[in-house]
Amino acid sequence: MAGFGPVLRCRHEPAKMGGGMTDLKRTVLHDLHIELGARMVPFAGYEMPVQYPMGVLKEHLHTRSAAGLFDVSHMGQVILRPLSGRLEDAAAAFETLMPVDVQGVKPGRQRYGLLTAQDGGIMDDLMFANRGDHLFVVVNAACKEDDIAHLRAHLTGACVVEELTDRALIALQGPAAEAALEALAPGAAAMRFMDVATLDWDGAALWVSRSGYTGEDGFEISVPEDRAEAFARALLAQEMVAPIGLGARDSLRLEAGLCLYGHDIDRGTSPVEGALSWAIQKPRRAGGAREGGFPGAARILTELAEGPARLRVGLLPEGRAPMREGVALFAATEGGEAIGHVTSGGFGPSLEAPVAMGYLPAGFCTKDTVVYGDVRGRRLPVRVTDMPFRPATYKR
Amino acid sequence: MKYTEEHEWLRVEGDLVVVGITEHAATQLGDVVFVELPDTGTEVAAGDEAVVIESVKAASDILAPVAGEIVAVNAALADNPGLVNEDPTGAAWFFKMKIADLGILDGFMDEAAYKALVE
Repeated sequence: MAGFGPVLRCRHEPAKMGGGMTDLKRTVLHDLHIELGARMVPFAGYEMPVQYPMGVLKEHLHTRSAAGLFDVSHMGQVILRPLSGRLEDAAAAFETLMPVDVQGVKPGRQRYGLLTAQDGGIMDDLMFANRGDHLFVVVNAACKEDDIAHLRAHLTGACVVEELTDRALIALQGPAAEAALEALAPGAAAMRFMDVATLDWDGAALWVSRSGYTGEDGFEISVPEDRAEAFARALLAQEMVAPIGLGARDSLRLEAGLCLYGHDIDRGTSPVEGALSWAIQKPRRAGGAREGGFPGAARILTELAEGPARLRVGLLPEGRAPMREGVALFAATEGGEAIGHVTSGGFGPSLEAPVAMGYLPAGFCTKDTVVYGDVRGRRLPVRVTDMPFRPATYKR
Repeated sequence: MKYTEEHEWLRVEGDLVVVGITEHAATQLGDVVFVELPDTGTEVAAGDEAVVIESVKAASDILAPVAGEIVAVNAALADNPGLVNEDPTGAAWFFKMKIADLGILDGFMDEAAYKALVE
């Protein structure tokens, strides 16, 4: 079968795509992906579409100019339901696991969150929403088993932790996403960035959030599994909507400066080092109403006060050569030890230039500092820059 | 035209061998965004890394199919790496080699054998 054989000699396997295709789980949209001509690869234990016949570059650009449909059903969907029936009890319990203001999230709103470990490292990043009588949490596919065990171990006194296995998750991203979803499920257009709502499509309850992982306006839609394929087909039937694979999902999020867990952040990085201090709201910081009280608080609050020893920064290679994950960064063109490394990198189709992110010591993180990335034995200049690499187009 | 198992094509031009990648390889690689060419005058052994080619997805090596001297490279690819997808067997040649004995090319696949390999 075309598409799986070795071509030339690959230097750098795309992230987490190694391994065979046996014993992989499939999402409910698997047959649709095959019908659409997807090239399937192993990803986080699932067989997932990496690209469709359009190709990564055009899929990326299509998402930025029209609308892209992504199957993200491999991600974990979890409900935290308060035993007391009072949502604030679930929120207070969830705050013991995250340096995040959960209690301040109003009904119908969503927020970005981070599960932290006792040493201040990041166990996972996630989205959570206040859906009135429960919290709805979406976690990374590769972490979902560990996350759910962690939530059950720590929240069982306050919440029922319920993993949803009967709902698919579809992302619809790009400037035409609003019109495409509104045409099927009226109410989408009235939402603003990080709103959540339940919308009706042909009798199916869609749990919609206005958010995503591309830097574009768009939606993530949890849909009952038995209606997911029909819903995806109804979206794809609209001219502006095209199916988009994991390849373009990665280049889109990279240009948007968004972290990929397991690469840009992990158990070895703290939220402050990961440039995610913005996700730690005032009530959880020193002097806040609910200061500390989350795993790793000692380290994280110290880093917030004193600054971290190293920081995740945006990197713009000055030439055309992409700097991919693992490229060592140096202070000078010759000699010396590596001072940091690239955690994600590639070519940004919208920027028409290579882009990367990585970690550097605090003294090298000022915008426009030039460091040198070792690409195949040559040290090429790369400039520190702000992220996102291109402005997000969220409907705030 | 001759072909290697690494999906390169080899074409004789006077006393030189011109090297590029096949349509099949270009399609499988996806959109090419960067090509790093060797310096002219480089002496290579068969199997040496001669070119690095990066698509949106990954970096790959193109190996020297035979020993010889790189006498010309296609500078157009540095500015327009997308040529590899547009015209892999024509405008997007990578380099030209001077080799000791053109007869060595007889050992490579012809078009029918290569087609059998990729189909």
